[in-house]
Amino acid sequence: MLHIVNKSPLERNAVDTCLRLATKGSAVLLIEDAVYAATKGSAVSAKVQAAMANLKVYALAPDMEARGVAGRVMEGVNLVDYNGFVDLVAEHNNCQSWL
Amino acid sequence: MSDVTGGIDMDDETEGVVKKFMFLNRKAPYGTIYALESLEVVLISAAFDQDVSLAFVDDGVYQIVKGQHTKGIDQKNFSPTYRALEGYDIEKLYVDKDSLEARGLSEEDLLVDVQVLDSAAMADKMAEQDVVISF
Repeated sequence: MLHIVNKSPLERNAVDTCLRLATKGSAVLLIEDAVYAATKGSAVSAKVQAAMANLKVYALAPDMEARGVAGRVMEGVNLVDYNGFVDLVAEHNNCQSWL
Repeated sequence: MSDVTGGIDMDDETEGVVKKFMFLNRKAPYGTIYALESLEVVLISAAFDQDVSLAFVDDGVYQIVKGQHTKGIDQKNFSPTYRALEGYDIEKLYVDKDSLEARGLSEEDLLVDVQVLDSAAMADKMAEQDVVISF
């Protein structure tokens, strides 16, 4: 399953709940304000880093660039563009959008 | 009649009253419209010769992070506008220290000169306002 999250991890608990309920081997794509969850040195970095042991974490590069945080990407996070976003949706059996 | 009010009559009691206005920003830019709307209202307020300050708390600190490039998401990059506020005599920009640290940011990551305040100092700034407008 592909989990898509678009809410800031420091304002809402969507990232938190997603990481808690995503099964091993699932993919998590961080878009819009959720890309802050892919930055290093934040209060949620350790939690996301730990989750990457069981999950593949992706972040949408244009959203990171817009927010000035493209240079702060956490190690292990895979950056994708819009084509990569489409590929992820196509290659997974199902998607869950965390609103 | 007054030029300042665009020809609208104001009685002598209210004319020339300067109040302390704080715009409190707590949302990240781009994901929602709040940050841009706040900036629009701040610029409008500058036309009324009021004592204006901006506070950046929680995800609001992300509004003034350096290096924003929005071409890829097809939205206007409004971050340079924060640097223009000085030209409108809006020079009181306060940033919550705890919010910066929780995001792995420091004052050097910000695109405009600010005063970084601890919780007690930020609380005092808020308490001394006549009006706090929250975004």
